[in-house]
Amino acid sequence: MNAASTSTPTSISSTIRRRKGTSYVIPTILAVICLIMLLPIFNILAQSFSSAAAIGDQRVYLWPVEFTTSNYEAILGQTSIWRSFGVSAIVTVAGTLIALAMTASLAYPLSRAEYRERKWVLTLVLVTMIFHAPLIPNYLLIKQLHMLDTLWALMLPGAISAFNLFVMRSFFLAIPGELIESARIDGAGELQTLWKIILPLAKPAMATMGIIYSVALWNNYANALYFLSDRALFPLQVKLREFIITDSSDLATTAADIANLSPEGLKMAVIVIATVPIMMVYPFLQKYFIKGMMLGSIKS
Amino acid sequence: MHASTSAVKPRTKPRPLARTGSRYAHYRKYMVLYLISLPGIFFFLVFKYVPLFGSIMAFKDYNVFAGMWKSEWVGFAHFKRMFEYPDFGRILMNTIAIGGYTLLFAFPIPIVLALLMNELRGRLFKRFVQTAVYLPHFLSWVVVAGIVIGILSPTNGLMNQLLNHFGVDSIYFMGEESYVRSIIVGSGVWRDAGWSTIIYLAAMAGINPDLYEAAQLDGANRWRQTRSITIPALLPTITVLFLLQIGQFLDLGFERVYVFLNPLNGGRGDILDTYIYDVGLIQGQYSYTTAIGLFKSLIGLALIMGANALSKKTTGEGLY
Repeated sequence: MNAASTSTPTSISSTIRRRKGTSYVIPTILAVICLIMLLPIFNILAQSFSSAAAIGDQRVYLWPVEFTTSNYEAILGQTSIWRSFGVSAIVTVAGTLIALAMTASLAYPLSRAEYRERKWVLTLVLVTMIFHAPLIPNYLLIKQLHMLDTLWALMLPGAISAFNLFVMRSFFLAIPGELIESARIDGAGELQTLWKIILPLAKPAMATMGIIYSVALWNNYANALYFLSDRALFPLQVKLREFIITDSSDLATTAADIANLSPEGLKMAVIVIATVPIMMVYPFLQKYFIKGMMLGSIKS
Repeated sequence: MHASTSAVKPRTKPRPLARTGSRYAHYRKYMVLYLISLPGIFFFLVFKYVPLFGSIMAFKDYNVFAGMWKSEWVGFAHFKRMFEYPDFGRILMNTIAIGGYTLLFAFPIPIVLALLMNELRGRLFKRFVQTAVYLPHFLSWVVVAGIVIGILSPTNGLMNQLLNHFGVDSIYFMGEESYVRSIIVGSGVWRDAGWSTIIYLAAMAGINPDLYEAAQLDGANRWRQTRSITIPALLPTITVLFLLQIGQFLDLGFERVYVFLNPLNGGRGDILDTYIYDVGLIQGQYSYTTAIGLFKSLIGLALIMGANALSKKTTGEGLY
């Protein structure tokens, strides 16, 4: 309602503000900050495509020197990388679906006035935001549930984030009550209302939540470290960590072009490979994540 | 704003009980709502409350074979041991130091960055800046560590390449204790400073533009406008985020620290969370490290409550 009324004064005031002394100081500072953000990423990319000799002679800055793809060929020739990639993909997709179903199915009742248990359930959730259990009791729980060395241990413990639950709830709260009321007058049951009216309306919110959960699942490293010892189940982040801290020269034997390989180049290539899926969805991420953050900030 | 007010008021009047008959009729009518909420409630009970109650093992001598219930009670023995253990003091100091630097640098930088970004007028450049500063937030800590370790490498890292260029000898940043805290705090700033601006930018977008116009007519320049309008308007947001940050003072996060540690720099880089992992999970000292975890949570709770009370008294702003 106030979007239309505020948009004009903003543009007027911004033109007034611009006329008063255009400074280049702030844009310059921000440009430098952007460089600091991006340079490391470009340097990693450049190294991953450079030859061993060029890296060794410290000739690589922001552009590949003696361009080669042999680092990538060596990495992608490893079956264990593909396996980890697969594990991460499964955990991310299945984990996101579970998380969405669990979060939405609790957030929706909590948004309805008819749901009488609202108060204590909200308290139950709030307490977990303030007070976290230490690591070991969490570990023993997973052990007792026989989830150690299963992918469930990566997907279930984070299935509902209390923060996301509240964001989702405030979204459901914003759906006008008349919609639900009129559906009831038309003779729709609760289930029908949920299925035919609420869920279609919730699509954008579900997309936002889905992206938030999937980035968290893809990037998570600690849970795998805590709960998995079976190497066959290691997700990509654990595999990546192994590459970074250990000497990966044994990889060289699998590559056709040994001369161009270097441990550094290989490491950089693994980093790039682990990041590519995130970067591919980054445009959507940026859009939806900010929406989600805004929703969250409105709440608090 | 709108959402929060409607949260308090029920949006549809629940029908009077007399009309629908009994309590039973109500639950029957809204059975679907109650049913779909069950998995979520069950989730919180199992995955959050069971471990929370499991924390009583901090007062027991947990024995793997006896299990949780049959293990012997030892009272505060583990807490006492914590303070007698020489390593604990060092690790607590590390945690406090890294937490303190985070509060000192990682907290104010996003505010300054957001103020700067708010001054940008060119739409395209603004978009570019946002894209660039948000980007690192989506990288996992393992990737961030990989990038940082790569950049700081003594043989082929960008940082040392530049140092050599200016005639300075290479420094083995990851291999010396004295750099590890700066690396941890710095990488945190690099990854999340941009992202943290969003909440401030959202708050700034809500400021009434008439205020700026009026200030302009009064001859206030941009710095003066920032000082007298923008910053006061941001203060409630800053206060809330600061209080939350205080509550997490000892809760730095396991992943973001662990990925930077190695045997050479652990002396000044080990924090409570990484110590709990090493000594608890790896070496199996379950009860002792649970006591440490509990200690950490209690300190966090005390800090947040203390800071909240202080803030309410002085500024009137608080979390609750």
